[in-house]
Formats: sequence, C-alpha cells, structure tokens
Amino acid sequence: MNEQLAFTIEVFANGLMAGVLYALVALGFVLIYKASGIFNYAQGVMALFAAMTLVGIQNGQVPFSHLINAIFGTDIHKFGWSVHSFLAIILTVFVMIALAWAVQRFVFRHLVGQEPIILFMATIGLAYFLEGVADLMWGSELKALNVCAAEGACLPQGMNMWLEGTTYEALGYGFFIDNLDIVASIIAAILVIGLVMFAQYTKQGRAMRAVADDHQAALSVGVSLNFIWILVWSLAGFVALVAGIMWGAKSGVQFSLSLIALKALPVLMLGGFTSIPGAIVGGLIIGVGEKLFEFLIGAPFLGGATENWFAYMLALLFLVFRPQGLFGEKIIERV
Amino acid sequence: MTLKLTSMAVAAVMAASPVLADLVFPSMSYRTGPYAAGGIPFADGYADYFTMLNARDGGIGGVMTAVPECETGYNTEKGVECYESLKGGGGLVYQPLSTGITYQLIPKTTADDIPMHTMGYGRTSAKNGEVFTHTFNYPANYWDGASGAINYLLAENGGDLNGKKIALVYHNSAYGKEPIRTLTELSAKHGFEFKEVPVDHPGQEQKSQWLQIRRDKPDYVIMYGWGVMNQVAIQEAANIRFPMENFIGVWWSGSENDVLAAGDAANGYKALTFHGVGSDFPVFADIQTHVVDAGNAAGAGDQIGTVLYNRGLYAAMLAAEAAKTAQEIHGVAQINASQMRDGMEALEITEEKMAALGLPNFGPSFKVSCQNHGGDGMVGVTQWDASTKTWSLISDFAATDKELIDGLIAEDSAAYASENNITPECK
Repeated sequence: MNEQLAFTIEVFANGLMAGVLYALVALGFVLIYKASGIFNYAQGVMALFAAMTLVGIQNGQVPFSHLINAIFGTDIHKFGWSVHSFLAIILTVFVMIALAWAVQRFVFRHLVGQEPIILFMATIGLAYFLEGVADLMWGSELKALNVCAAEGACLPQGMNMWLEGTTYEALGYGFFIDNLDIVASIIAAILVIGLVMFAQYTKQGRAMRAVADDHQAALSVGVSLNFIWILVWSLAGFVALVAGIMWGAKSGVQFSLSLIALKALPVLMLGGFTSIPGAIVGGLIIGVGEKLFEFLIGAPFLGGATENWFAYMLALLFLVFRPQGLFGEKIIERV
Repeated sequence: MTLKLTSMAVAAVMAASPVLADLVFPSMSYRTGPYAAGGIPFADGYADYFTMLNARDGGIGGVMTAVPECETGYNTEKGVECYESLKGGGGLVYQPLSTGITYQLIPKTTADDIPMHTMGYGRTSAKNGEVFTHTFNYPANYWDGASGAINYLLAENGGDLNGKKIALVYHNSAYGKEPIRTLTELSAKHGFEFKEVPVDHPGQEQKSQWLQIRRDKPDYVIMYGWGVMNQVAIQEAANIRFPMENFIGVWWSGSENDVLAAGDAANGYKALTFHGVGSDFPVFADIQTHVVDAGNAAGAGDQIGTVLYNRGLYAAMLAAEAAKTAQEIHGVAQINASQMRDGMEALEITEEKMAALGLPNFGPSFKVSCQNHGGDGMVGVTQWDASTKTWSLISDFAATDKELIDGLIAEDSAAYASENNITPECK
C-alpha cells in the first residue's frame, strides 16, 4: 500500500477515536441544555470533580483532610483501606447524584424563569465553586487513575498489537490504534444507546423529553420539573464521570482535566446543543477534521499545532451555514 | 463603630503583613489551577527551607526570615498583581515561577531596584547582567538545557550525532519555543537532523504529534513541556513504544508528577536537572526535625525529597546564601532589596559551601558576576526507575556549549538593549 495513503488512513482512524472522546464530554453539555436550556459551563469541572472523587474513594482518602487537620490539629489523610473500582464508581455516582440535588436545590430552583444568560453565569460560578470544593476535598496533587475489573484486568493502555499485526500483514503497514481509545469508543456507544433507550422507553425518560419539548406543557400534565432537572444533572454527572475516567486514565487526574471542556465546544457548535446523536457525529467530524488537517496541511506547511484553532474554525464554518448545528433544532421566535 | 471597624482592619493588616524587621522572601506560588501539582511542592520546599533557617539558625545573620505567599495560579496577570501587592512588604527577591510573569516583571523590577531570580526559566538572555541588571537566572537556563541534552547524546554516541534524527516536542508557547534556535544551531554544528513538533496548550490531546513521531522515527526526542502535557506525552510515547531511554525532558518535564501517571511504561525516561534528586542529603534531617516534626511544614510534609520540592528548597538556599553575601558586602544584617541584588551579583557557590549547608554534591559550583547573571550552565541527567518510583542522577553536572550559547545571549540581549534604550553597563 502507498505509504502516504496508509498514513492518511491511520490518521483518519485515530481522528475518529479522538472524536469519540470529545463527544463523551459534549454529551454532558447536551443533556443539560436539552432539558433545561442551560449551557453548563461547569461540565468540564464536573468531569474533574467526578474523577477526583473516584480516585479519592478508590485510595481510601479522607475527604477534606487538609481542612480537618488544619482546624483540629490532627494528622489524618487516609482511612487505611482501598475500594474496588466497581464499588468506587457506584459510590461516585451517588456523590454526583447528591451534587445534582444540591445544584438544583440551592442554585437553579431559585433561578427558575430567569434569562438564559443569568443561568449561564450561575454555571460559571458553579464551576469555580466546584473546583474549589474539589481542591479542599481531595487536594491538588496529581493522582494516577486505574480502573480495574479484577486483578490485572484494568483499563488497557498502549497500542493494539493485534490490529497492528493484522494490518501489517495485509497492507504492509501496521496501524496504530490505542487500546484505551477502543474501550472509550465501546463505552461511548453503550452510553449513547443507553441514553437513547432511557429517553424512549422509560417513564422518566419520556418525562425528560416532555420537559425538553415544553416546560409549561410538561408541568401542566403533572411532570415534576424539579425531579427531572435533578435527573438530568445526575445523568450529566454520570457522563462527566465516564469522560473523567477516560481522559484521566491518559493523563492522571489533575486540575487541567477541567480544560477538556474546551474540546467539547466546537463539537457542540457543529453537532447542535440539543442532539445526542449530534454530539457523537460532531465529535467524529471534529476529531477526523482536525487530525487530517494537521497531518495534511498543519504540520507540513504551517508549523504544526493547528488542531485547537482548526476545530473552532470548522465549527464556525458550520455555524455560518447552519447556526443550529447539524442536528440542532431550528429556533424560530415569533414576534 | 467606624473607629472599631477601622481598628480591626488595621490590626488584620498588621497581623497579615511580615514584621518589618524580617528578611522577606516573597513566594509567588500556584497552589490552585491546572498547574497546581507542580506549584505546590516548589512552594513547600521554598517555605520549609526558610522555616528551618529560622528554627535552627535564628534566621540569616541573626535576622528572622518571612515568606509571604501570593497565589498566581500560573497566570501572568495575577502574577503581576502579586508582585505589586507584595512589593510593599519589603521583599528582597522575587521568584515568579513563570516565563510569562518574568517577561512582564523584567522592566518593573529594574525600575523598582528589586532583584528577580528566574532559576531555569524566564528570559534566557537575562544572563547578560549588563543589560538585565536586576534579573538573575543562575545556575542554568533553557539554552543550557538544549545544549546539555545534545552533549549528553553526543557522549552516548561516541561524540558523533551525524545522521541522527532528533525531535523536539514542545509546549507551543514562548517557553517551549526557547530551545529551537539553540537546537537549530547545534544541528548544523553536529550534523543531526532536527525536527520541531509543537503541542498546543494544555496538551491533553497529542495523538497527531505522536503519530508524526511514529512515522518520522527520530532516534531521540527532547521535550520542553509543562503540566498535563508532560504526562500525556510520556503515556503517548509509551503507547507507540518509543524507547524511554531515548526520551529526554528538560527539568520542567522531569518530576514525579510527569511519570507516575504512566506507571511502569515510564521506566527509563530521562530528564535534565541542575540540582540533586532524592532526600539522601543531611539538610533533610534538619528539615524533618525543625520543620516537619515541629508541625511547621508548609504542606502535608509528603513532598519532601521530590524533584520540585528539592527545586524549591534549592532556590531558597540560593536566596539565603545571596542574602548572607549581601550582609557581608554591606556590613548590615537588615539588608534591603538593592543590597540583595548586590549579594546575588557577588554570589559564589562552592562544593565546600554546599557540603557545609548539608547539601553535598546537590548542585554545581558556580560564580555570578555583573556580566554573568546565569552561572556556568552546568546540567546533569536523571533517569526514572518505575519499580522504586525514584529518580537517579546518571551523569555529572557537565558544561554546556558556552561558545554557542554566549553568542546567542549576546545577540538577544543586544537586541533587547537596543529596543529599550539600555546602555549595557555594570550597575
């Protein structure tokens, strides 16, 4: 096979994989925006908070230990046990549900009926508050994240040797695909199917869709807005946890994890803020687009590092011709 | 009521400010934000050394020290605000811990007659003290790092890099771009092929860059990264099975934070350094006794001996020694910032002095002068052992390509002097 063509296919495949990871982050934004019209600036910090909580629980870390030690003069940092990944994930999900309840109870319940910009500003405040709480609760140091089903059966890292060997034999060039990216793609697919089925076939899911369509109408037929919003923020928290695990497994869990939200913005602009499939398709287009551009034009002619700005430029192009995004709902306001 | 409130406010300000009779060494730290994992151990090491001096020696020359902290968040605007807010407290020397903040503070500190120490970062050509009278970057700078890496590779290859391919993976910022010129010159001098691979901030996604490296098959990769970029790069290098022993990071890509996330895959990764690693030095026993056991450690006490803690401690030690030199020059114990600058410019670090301080062989010997604010640029190489989770110094602190670097420094500092109407002279 022509070497340049082989490289291009490899870059394309890796772009798809990267796109899935971007879509994982974008999904959380979509869930909340679709149900409540709130653009949740705190979604990246929620991924950070969820991943820090998971590692903290896994390692048996005492939450707020620095604060406790400073106030009471104690020297406690760990409980002395470690928690299995599966149980730690369940406990983290409960923490994220509690967070969703708190956000709804103490912030958004008081802002019902406010302008979207006010709600957006509230999520900015929430992001900084949550970042501070995460720091106080679990500390700022970098933590290695390792999610294992059993001894020796952890999230895989590194090149998929089977794929490399097979493609080498067939095409004369061994393709690189990261095992973690393959796992992330499978999990993202399960997540999207699960979310779509939940929305289609469960009572709460249908109520969620009703609220997304028309708050007032849903309220008039007895749907509890309060419950639905807690449900949606909980789901977004769960998606944030999955994104936090996948991104945290690559880089360790640290405060820069919250910056993954920057990768989701062009995906949302392109796929639309209200469509779950849009987040996936948008993620894939951005992932493939930025990687191919970097490979074909960025690195050879522009000095490289073009991915960040190219993703936004691509999204901007789509915005010009289709402001609601590929799958977003067209907003028509009658005056 | 107003009087009461005013009195309370004044009392609070008095309590928060260092006592004016103290020798003040402000700490421009970043304990929060995306780079906190790197900022915390440095700030702890810096503070703990002065706490130890106070407890063990009664300060410096009989005057107690104070280390007021200001959180910069590794943000240039906040860093400048920190400098302005700390300035009134009589700080003797500022360590901005960021190349961006350094660039902003060079003219300010010069105008305020306050010295600034940018150890292993900042503007490389600040080594020329005749132009940058108040900025010091001893014992080594970015260009020393680039040259040190190439010298190490030359030694590994029997003095010949002809035909080798060396890639630079760098943070796409002023900091990351610093070594490009030096490496370009060195590639012409030694005959190796040089390839640049930039990574955009923050560096969470580097698939394109490492696929490019997989295609290009360089013999060696040098990295100038910071924060999450380092951890991701090391993981991606392991993913494409790039040999870790051929992967060398600058000192800002060579802490425990950078390798722990990759686990065993990071085994053999190398990094440059200008100071010792580990806690096997007598000074740490004193830190334990006078600081940690006394309950006065700046952090939880769990960072002692880590690379960045040691760097903070080393920076504090150099500041303390410069203060002692200033006290000797001016014959007063209570020195001011201007006198501190003189002390920094006359600083001489010898092995005897280091051994007496409980830091034998911890760093290179060097001498600062009016013309040379950067020391001798001696650089060593460390290597990570993933099984013991420790760094080991695998080379001596060796000289870099002085002839080449001094030429580049003269060129860059002359351009700065011309842009800013500075007549190079000794202060």
